[in-house]
This record gives sequence, structure tokens and C-alpha cells, in this order.
Amino acid sequence: MATVYIDNKPFQMDPDQNLLHGCLSQGLKLPYFCWHPALGSVGACRQCAVKEFKDEHDEQGRIVMSCMTAAADGTRISIDDAEVAAFRAAIIEGLMLNHPHDCPVCDEGGECHLQDMTVMSGHDYRRYEFDKRTFRNQNLGPLVNHEMNRCIQCYRCVRYYRDYAGGRDLNAFASRDTVFFGRHEDGILENEFSGNLVEVCPTGVFTDKTLKRHYARKWDQQFAPSVCVHCALGCNTDAGERYGTLRRIVNRYNHQVNGYFLCDRGRFGYEFVNSRQRVLQPILDGQPVSAARARQHVSEKVAAGRAIGIGSPRASLEANFALRTLVSPEHFHTGMPDAEAGLVESMIAILRRGPMRTPTLREIEECDAVFILGEDITNVAPRMALSVRQAIRQQPMEIAKGLKIPLWLDHGVRDALQDARGPLFIATPYATRLDEAATAMFRGAPDDLARLGFAVAHALDPRAPSPGEFPLAGEIARALKAARKPLVIAGASCASNAVIEAAANVARAAQAKLAFIAPECNSVGAAIMGGRPLSAAFQAVREGRADTVIILENDLYRRAPAAEVDAFLNTAAHVIALDHLDTPTARKADLILPAGTFAESDGTFVSSEGRAQRFFQVFVPQNEVSASWRWLGPDCWHGLDDVLVAMSRALPCLAAVKNAAPSAAFRVAGAKIPRSPHRESGRTAALVNIDVSEPAPPSDPDSPLSFSMEGTPEQPPGALIPFFWAPGWNSIQAVNTYQKEVGGPLRGGDAGIRIIEPAPAGGQAYFSAIPAAFEPREGEWLLVPIHQIFGSDELSLAAPGIAELAAEPHVAVGSGAFADGEKVEVTCARDTFRIPVRIRPELPPGVAGLSAGLPPLTGVRLPEWGKIARSK
Amino acid sequence: MTVTAEKPLTRDMCPDGSALGLLAYEQAGGYQAIRRILKGGMTPQAVTNEVKEANLRGRGGAGFQTGLKWSFVPRGKDAPSPTYLVVNADEMEPGTFKDRLLLERNPHQLIEGAIVAGFAIEADVAYVFLRGEYSLAAERLSRAIAEAYERHYLGKDILGSGYALELHLHLSGGRYICGDETGLLNALEGKRANPRSKPPFPPVVGLFGKPTVVNNVETISCVPHIINNGAAWFRGLGRTNDAGTKLYGASGKVKRPGLWELPMGSTIREILEEHAGGMRDGVKFRGLLPGGSSTPFIVEEHLDTPMDFTSMPKVGSRLGTGTMIVLDDQTCPVGMTWNMMRFFGRESCGFCTPCWSGLGWAERILQSLEEGLGKPGDIEKLEFQTKMWGPGTTFCALAPGAADPLGTALKYFRDDFERHISEHRCAWR
Amino acid sequence: MLTREEISEIEVEAAHYPKREAVCIDALKIVQRRRGWVSDENLRDIAAHLGVSPTDLDSVATFYNLIFRRPVGRHVILVCDSVSCWIMGHERIRKQISQGLGIEFGETTPDNRFTLLPIVCLGCCDHAPAMMVDADLHGDLDPQEIDTRLEKYK
Repeated sequence: MATVYIDNKPFQMDPDQNLLHGCLSQGLKLPYFCWHPALGSVGACRQCAVKEFKDEHDEQGRIVMSCMTAAADGTRISIDDAEVAAFRAAIIEGLMLNHPHDCPVCDEGGECHLQDMTVMSGHDYRRYEFDKRTFRNQNLGPLVNHEMNRCIQCYRCVRYYRDYAGGRDLNAFASRDTVFFGRHEDGILENEFSGNLVEVCPTGVFTDKTLKRHYARKWDQQFAPSVCVHCALGCNTDAGERYGTLRRIVNRYNHQVNGYFLCDRGRFGYEFVNSRQRVLQPILDGQPVSAARARQHVSEKVAAGRAIGIGSPRASLEANFALRTLVSPEHFHTGMPDAEAGLVESMIAILRRGPMRTPTLREIEECDAVFILGEDITNVAPRMALSVRQAIRQQPMEIAKGLKIPLWLDHGVRDALQDARGPLFIATPYATRLDEAATAMFRGAPDDLARLGFAVAHALDPRAPSPGEFPLAGEIARALKAARKPLVIAGASCASNAVIEAAANVARAAQAKLAFIAPECNSVGAAIMGGRPLSAAFQAVREGRADTVIILENDLYRRAPAAEVDAFLNTAAHVIALDHLDTPTARKADLILPAGTFAESDGTFVSSEGRAQRFFQVFVPQNEVSASWRWLGPDCWHGLDDVLVAMSRALPCLAAVKNAAPSAAFRVAGAKIPRSPHRESGRTAALVNIDVSEPAPPSDPDSPLSFSMEGTPEQPPGALIPFFWAPGWNSIQAVNTYQKEVGGPLRGGDAGIRIIEPAPAGGQAYFSAIPAAFEPREGEWLLVPIHQIFGSDELSLAAPGIAELAAEPHVAVGSGAFADGEKVEVTCARDTFRIPVRIRPELPPGVAGLSAGLPPLTGVRLPEWGKIARSK
Repeated sequence: MTVTAEKPLTRDMCPDGSALGLLAYEQAGGYQAIRRILKGGMTPQAVTNEVKEANLRGRGGAGFQTGLKWSFVPRGKDAPSPTYLVVNADEMEPGTFKDRLLLERNPHQLIEGAIVAGFAIEADVAYVFLRGEYSLAAERLSRAIAEAYERHYLGKDILGSGYALELHLHLSGGRYICGDETGLLNALEGKRANPRSKPPFPPVVGLFGKPTVVNNVETISCVPHIINNGAAWFRGLGRTNDAGTKLYGASGKVKRPGLWELPMGSTIREILEEHAGGMRDGVKFRGLLPGGSSTPFIVEEHLDTPMDFTSMPKVGSRLGTGTMIVLDDQTCPVGMTWNMMRFFGRESCGFCTPCWSGLGWAERILQSLEEGLGKPGDIEKLEFQTKMWGPGTTFCALAPGAADPLGTALKYFRDDFERHISEHRCAWR
Repeated sequence: MLTREEISEIEVEAAHYPKREAVCIDALKIVQRRRGWVSDENLRDIAAHLGVSPTDLDSVATFYNLIFRRPVGRHVILVCDSVSCWIMGHERIRKQISQGLGIEFGETTPDNRFTLLPIVCLGCCDHAPAMMVDADLHGDLDPQEIDTRLEKYK
């Protein structure tokens, strides 16, 4: 550590960091704009000026930018020096020359870094008397709003969008005091992480367009810590509500998981919660009924003794457990198709045996050679793609280290690195967004991808079985071997156990980390909980062993071909469905129960990383919507903790889950944690004990959070942070004050608990089931899923912004057979779909891609052989 | 090359204004310097040492020791490759017209200098970064480069020595900030010409991330003469400790505006009165900017100062490019300052706040003064802005270059600024 | 569509740089030399040819004042408005041109003959005031004879 004297007081700082980082980490108030912990220093805004002194006798000093100055041992600076304080105030004044001062109508108002920094710097009186420059704003699509007149030219947006996220359609235009940040022309931002601009921008240039449609100030929203439901990575979020509608999602920093950034599906998919397709009350035989009547119906049907349950990989552990308890374990079925359940079980088994360990997203960023086998991660687990983009900078970073360029000096490092990239190999059936950053790609059918994996493993370790020669295998093996922290990524997209086993072999042979991507937000949790296969449920009804089916948060039409599901639901005498949306399955149910989404319920998901994470109810809905575990659980479960205790007893493998977050009894300084910021308008419970003029805020038996602004002013642990706020820090950049060191772990601990770790002394033998090389078939195509960030996920497709961006369902083929855009008939299993063709020349011969998860293609089990014929 | 007159840079130029052709250049002793180093067995180190010994300082205005700059380039087997030499021919400093003369009238001298410098830093590729408006220079330089390639002064295996240097001419897309050496590197990479972080410095991380030396046209043009005549000779050319000759110029209402190659350290008075012929009839001297728009004003009392890198700071100014802009009593100092701030504001790259925001503000205040709309307090606002543009407070030297003339204008011509406010008009309009 | 000549000229320049995108300013100027200015369509064509995004190319194009992103007349008059020329009577020259042609800075005559733009010091300070018309430098300008100087540009 270095000792840095600030206004003559000694502070311990990390010498490999800059002074701004050090000062903020010490909790000192130093305003800044262009610097960002994830983006480093460039010295553009000149806001973080301090005065540096040569030694203790130097009284003159000189103004330096703290972000551009290393925290070297013995450095002496002053923040309070009058000259430098005046300089900082004048910088704000300069930044604000053209700023419209439209805070009352600006969506950023009340959580604006520019407001916070203006107050911090002390600038309060405008002396500039001339005209301001004005810009025309651009329509950037349905997610991000653009208001350039507010811009202060800090360059954060383009640095994030281009340098960090790899976008190519946002940049700075023109020069001097008229720099315009936008696109070449109006149009949808192409990058899948564009929503982070909303948080990266220190003022209201880029704001959340979905929030704009139902705007509420931060201080008027009620928040709860949440976990994203739109893929399996488990990014931490905070969800904000007002008047019974969910208003937005913001990032909840988790050092090990999502850090500062979310993907656009995760940020903007939330609007399904407000969807008109929501089920808001129990409906029995087409008629609304009371909750009591609905419960009575469920009890009667279960009591009759011939009920079975089908769980869900997108429902919480608690909800699945409640159903399992209700119908008894032997009648509980996992909600995943058999093959998919098998894949997830296989992943878990591999990771438990070890020695490969699954990395956190943070650890992925630190890996220096990446091999992706079979996954289009940008579309399947988008946030991981952003981590991989950072990982490929690791090897080139050695150049900067060799030149002794501080790694936080962002432009200096980039000038030295130019576009050097570390090794990234991508083996997928079709081209992916990350290809542009890849060292080499391999295109093949799933079996050939697996064979490549086996070949790489063999090239790394001759003891691993070999499928024979593979041209790229040697190069990949060499890159993984040379790396300090190699990484292998695979998942369920190819629906191939061989791919998963091949990835395991590579990771083992390379002593690499192994990241598996599960299909849905709680696939891993559901697989650990276990249950009978889904096919067994179908069979039980078919064979008359069951007459009542209770389906938890699961649209079976996405799990099996329509004909099979139809037969199943038509045969069952009683169908009870719990769900958020009026799904095709729910529409077939006799009783539909309105199941709470992540915003209206509490629960736990287990992410692909094996991290159990709790989400908390954001608001109490003014209708019958309730957590599924409340609908299904026994009367003795009074709150979430009772479910967790029961689950630990029943399922010791999930005992640790209760530690994912503090229990409802947890208090900070004797008080609950407020869901609402201090200034929530018109809502106070201060006198509720002696007054009846206002309704009491709802009580929360499930968590240590209160449904009001009353509670502790202290910072809660990571799992319980509803919003980031600190005195003087109203914007989300208040997160600085929650970290032990800026950009580091949360002071109260990062949320979640890992429940999958490799066995201490272990390791598995190499897998040896190498599939035969793919053989195209005459007149048939192997249909593989093509995933889309916007569209392939069930729930987010009900969010208007996401739906607008979703691609039309289509079949993709290599060039030759069909014309682009031509309508064709795709026949697989017993279904035929009339959809357009998209030409993707990179698809291997005999392989075609089918839009994954997009109606009407939802029930197709992929990969699957099918026929494609010209439409008559 | 034997030098009889002490004007090595300009001596051989044709009086008719045409370019000195290859043959004429060779006949005058041209391309002997590269023969000396390439055939005479001088090592890059020796060439660098000679230039260091000669105390050649950067003629672009910063005055950095050229040989020292060259010595920062990593050498040896493990050194990054390729290494680049960039000739900064982006002459855009207002009031400066010296490099144009060297480019248009003696392009081979520049090319030979580039080869010598390239050899010294073991460069593989050299670029001449020429401002886009210098079309005559572009034409003449292109031809000279082609001739030099034909004669094997450029390209592979120069004069059979094994040393190879490619030299390309790049025409700028405009913008004053390209004259900043790192802004120039970004421009040459096809990017926006925002200056870069320093460190890393260009000799270590330069063009395309590789070691790069950026030298001014006049600097490079001096180099062949140092090799031909030795460091001691070059040092002897100067009147003061700053060595060599210097292209001095004068513009404004002087009798004979022009450009003269004189010993380094000639006094301002000598240049102004002897060479420029003093002020035009009917106008009186009030002050001057000694070396382009970004140098501080000097006034009557400073006229006997030697125009060199060391002496000028002693009177609160800088040598800059050595081409002085003279202010007379018939010209409004406030208007002149406004003109310059408009220039700096327009040419700000838009990267750092004090520059993009402060220059535009200062420009508008000065405009309002000129239009008779000035208010009490405006002078103080301008003074405050100059403090915002100190070295270190801004990202590069552009805004500090604006602070110098503005700050000294406020100092020397304060009465004029005050009268603009009190009389609500510009007395010169 | 870029012409074959444009493409081959761009490729000649591109060979001077180790990276393709480095040639983008040259490419913009090559196209502009033939077409007077760089339209959105030209810009997208150049971007596609160089493999850069239109946004990135436009970001560069709009930075540099000698790249014209709006149509200009057949001849472009660049009037030096820097300090030496200003002292020597830039304003009078500018007014004379503006009055004579009926256009201000940034404008083009209705007959599309001239576009008038300010320019940084042309390095002609000893012959101030100065201007450039196309590639021709004109020094020692006198308001009386501006019209004569412009005559030859049809």
C-alpha cells in the first residue's frame, strides 16, 4: 500500500490505482465525470482536480487531475485548497454552459450525477449570458431515449459503447463545444448492451425510454433487490415500482456477477410484469373466483389423491418446492423436457466432480484465452458476452504492463494495444456477434462441434480420447495451454450431451475454468431439486394414473410439440395452472391462479454459476396476485423463511440456499431496510400508530425490507440493497459508497451463495463417447435452434420494447436452395410451419437454423430432422 | 556541402520561387549527408549523438532537444517494430509561414533530413503530415519524393547500404489540433485528432502503437547540415546558447513583411527594424506575438531580447515558431484578441472541458466587448479563464496557447479593454 | 457506388498504412475531389469499402473541416480569418466577397458557382490578407480587385 497525504492526513491507497480511485475509496468527496471504475481514466472532464505538492515544504503546489495521477507512495495532495476548489467549481460552470437546466422535466432529475457533482463542487450561480447550442435528437429505438442538449461532452457514452461493449454505431461527431454523440443516422442502437448508457451517462442524454412511458422519480419509486429472470446468469437488479406498475430495472452491483452492467433483455424485459396478458385473479372454468374458492378447488383436487405436479425452470426454488410438497415428491415432475433436464443434470454432475470450477462473470473477465463450444452467448446469456469482450483484452494487457503504462490509463493502454486481442475461439453452427472479436471460428453441426472439442482435449492431453485429425484443434489447444487462465464455455443450446462432455474434457485437459450456460433463470435450481421426468407426467395421464395436473409457471407448449401437449391437457380431467401470463397452457386450465412475478413475490434462483440468489417482492399488488409458493404451500408456512427451513429439511442438497440472503428477522441497527428512498412523496408511516388518516404500509413477513421509507439509514448487505443512495449521491453512482474499494466487492458482501463447487479431491475420468461425424441427409435438414436476445426468452417477449425488436420467426439455411425472404414450409415431427427463409451462408451443409422460442415455433424439440419445402 | 553564408536552410533556394530540383540540390551538395552516414559507416547512435551535440531544438515551437527525443526510441533486437518517423508539416499556427517556404522551395532538403533522422531512430517508415491547404507544397514534395525513390535515396537498400525507408506523403483533412504531435498521430491513423495521453510518449507508444518520432519541417531540414558540417559548426551558427539558424518572420503592419534565415538569438528589434523595415508609415508599434498566435505578447521594453528558446521566457514569452505578429496602434487589441480566441475556440478538439467550454465563452465575451455590449466583470471573467487554461489543467497545449496571448493582452492593453466596457464601443470601429 | 478510379486511388493510399481504417481520411478526400463533397451515400459506400461502420467514418469526417458533408459550389473560397490577415484587413475582404456574391460564410451562391468558408491561417502572412480558391493561393488581396481575382473561376 502507498501512503498518500491528503490535506496533510495520511491515507493508505493502492499504488496501482490513481488518486481519484483512492480518494473515492476513502469516502472523500471528489467530483468526477469522465472516469468510471469499469472504464478507467482519460482526463477529459478535468473535474477531479486536486493540488499536488512536491513535498511538505511546497506551499505553491500545482493542479493535477487525480484520475490521471498515480497514487504513488508519499504523494501529497490537497482537495480542500481554495484554488483547486475554485477550479473544480469553474469546471462545473464550464460543463453547464450549454446544459439546458431542464431538471424538472428531465428523467434523470433526482438521480443525476451532474446534479450531485454540481452540488458537491459548490458551483451555484450561472454567469454565462450567451446563447446555448442546440441539437436535434435522434430516435435510437424503443429502449433508449436521446436528448443531446443535456450533454456535457464527457465521452463516457462512446467509451463504454465502443471500447467496452464493442458497439460500432455510436460515436462522437464534429468538434469544439458542439460535439454530438449519436449515430450516423436515426435508428435502433445495435449493441445488445445499449441500456447501460442510461447509467453510464452522467446526466439525461441517454435515459430509459421504457421508464419514460410510465415515468416516476427515483424518490417516488419503491424498490426491491431482484434477480434477472431473462436468462440463467442471474444478474442482480433493482426493480422499481409505483402505483402497482413496475417502472424499470436498474443494475444492482454485484462484484462477482454483473458488476456495473446488464444486457438490454435484462434491463428492458421487465415490462411483461405490466402486460395486459397478466393473470390478475383466479379463474375457475372461465369465471373469476375468490382466492378462497380457488384454494378450496386445489385442496379438493389434491385430496382426491390422483394429482401430479409439473414444476418449472423459470419458477423459484420455493415455488417448485411448494408444488413438490403439495403433490408429494413422487408425483412431482421437473418442468423441463427430459433431454434438457438431462443436459443440466450432466452439467451439474461435471462441475460437482471437478476439478474444473465454474467461474463467476467477474472471473471470466480475468481469463486470458476463451474457447466457446456450441453457444451463441450474446443471444443466450448476453451478459457473459460482455465479460468475454473484456477477457480478450487480458493477453494484450501484457504489452501495456511491459511498457509500464498504468492499466487504469485507458487511452494510453488502448494506444499501446491498438486492436490486439487475446485468443477467442468460437465453434457454433452459425455465425455469432462475437465472431468479429474472435481469433478463429469453426462452423459445424452439434456432433461436429463435440468432435472438435474432443480433438482439442486430445491435443492438450493425449490421454483424452481422440476423434481423429481436426485442423483447428491444435491451434486452440496451444492457445489454451499458453494461457494463464484459460476458459471453456458450453451449454445446452446444441441440446447435445456430447458437446457438454467434450467441453468438460477440454477444460480438464487445459486445467481451465468451465462455464456452463443453462437454459433458464432457475434451470440449475430445478435440476438440483430434481423430480420425475416430464415425459412421466404425460405418461401418467395417458395411462390414467393421474387425473389432476398442477402446472407451475410453465407453458408446456414451449416444452413439447403442440399435439403432445394438447393430448396431455385434454386427457387430464383437471388442469390447474399457476402463471403470470395468460399462456396457451393457462388457457387450457380449468383453474388459473395468478402467480406473482419476481416483482410480486420472493424466492430464490440458482444461476448457471451455481449461485443461489434471492429476489424480493417489490410491491404488494392490489389484486389476487401472489407468490406461487403462497398459493400452493401448507398453512403452516407463514413466510418465506418457513419455506426455506422446510426445504432445507426435505432437500439437504439445497440447505445452503437459505443463506443466500439474510432471513426476515434480520435487522440493520435494529431496523428494517426501507424499500423507498427518503423523499417518497406523500407516503409516511411515521404516525401510523396513533393516526388513522392514512393506511398503514403493508407488512412484510418474508424479508427484512419494509414497504415504506422508514427503516435504517445504514447500508444493508449486498443481497438486500433495494437502491443505491448516499448523502450527496442520488444517482446510481452512489454504488461507490457501498464498496470496500471502488470497483471492488460490496462492503456488506456480494449477494448470493455458490452451491456448486468441485469435490475437494476428485476429478473425473475423460468422457469417451465421441459422436460420429455429422452426415447430411438427402432431402432433410438438421434443424438447430437460432437464439435471439430479443424473442427467444418467453417472458421478455411480452415486454413491448423487446417485442418490437424481436425478429420474425424464420428458418435459416446456407445459400443455394432457397431465396432470402422466400416463404417455405418447415415440417418437423408432426408440425408444419409456414415461415420465411433467411440465408446464412455460414451454416454447414445439411444444417438449418430455426428461431428458438418464437411463436409458433416454440414447441419444436431442437435439434430435430425436418423437411423444408417451397410454399405452394 | 560547404557553407559560405550562414543560411544553410535557404541559401540554395531559387530566387524565382521555384523548387530546388534534384539535380540542383545535388550540385549544391545535397544528399551528401546520407552518403556520409550510410557509406561512411556512421551508426544510428552516432548520428543521434551528433544531433544531440549540436543542440538542435524543435522548431515547431516546443523547443525540445531533437537528439534527446531520438534517443528515447527503444533500440535493439527486442525493440518493437516497425519504428516510424513523422515529419510535422501541419503548419497552422496563425502568423506562421516558415515551413511552407522550406516545403515549397527545398523539398529535397527535407527528404534528406528525413532519411538521416529515419536512420538515426532506425525507422522503417516515414510520413510527411502536410496540411491539406498546402497544395503547391504537396505537388512539389510529391515530385521530390518520387525523384528520391528513383535515385534510391528512398525505398529498400538505400544507396546499397542495407538501410530501407519508405516515405509517404499524407495530406491532412484540416484542423489545427493535428499540429499537436499526438493529435497528429491519431489523424494519421484515420481517427479524430484528439491528443493522446502522455505518458506513454510517442517514442515509446506512437503511430499504430509503435515507437515514433515526430519532428517539425524546419527541425528536420537542419539535420543534413549538421551531419555535413558537424555539431560544433551548428552550435556556432547561433548567437546565444541555442544553436543554429532560425527562420524568423514578421507580419502585420510592418514595412517589409517577410521571412529571414538569421542566426538563432537575433534580437526582436533587429528582426523588426532591420529586416522587416520597422512599422509602416503612420502607424506605431504597440506589441507583438513573437512566435505565432499562441505565444504571449511582448511590448516595446522587450525588443532587445534575443529571439531564442532560453531568452524569451525571461520576458514572459516564448520563441514559438519565431514568426512574429505585430500589433500597431491603428489596430484594436481587443479585436485582435477576439480574433485569436475565435480561432482557438473553433479549433478546440472538444475533448477537455476548460478548452471546449472556456474558449467559446471567452470568444463570446470578447465579441460582446467589440460590439459595445461588454459589462463590468467581463475582464475578470476573461482573466479567470486564462487560469483555467494552464498547463496541466487542460489536456493538451491548445488552451494554454490561448491563455498566453489573452493573459498578456489583458496585462498590456488593459486600458483598451476597460474603455470598451466604459464607452460601450470599440474606438477603432 | 464508388467508381473504379476512386477505388484504385484509395487502394494506392491504403497500401501506405498498416491498417485499412487509417486510409479513411484520404478516402474521403479522394471521393470529395471528384464529387465536390461527401454525401451520406458516398460516406456509406466508403465505409463499406473500408470495412468500418458508417458511424465511425462519419465521426471522423465531421471532425475535419476540409471534409465537406454538405454540397458546395464548383469553387470553394477559403478566406483566411486568422490574426495576421485580420490585422491586414480580412474583414474588408470578407465583406467585399460577401457583397459581391451575396453569400455569407457557409453559404453557396444560387448558381452553385462559389461556396464561401473561413479558414485557418494559410501561411501567407507576409502577403496578408489572403484567400484560397480551390488549390490556388491568393495573397495581397485588395477589396477593389477581388472581383478580378474571382473572374477566372467559372
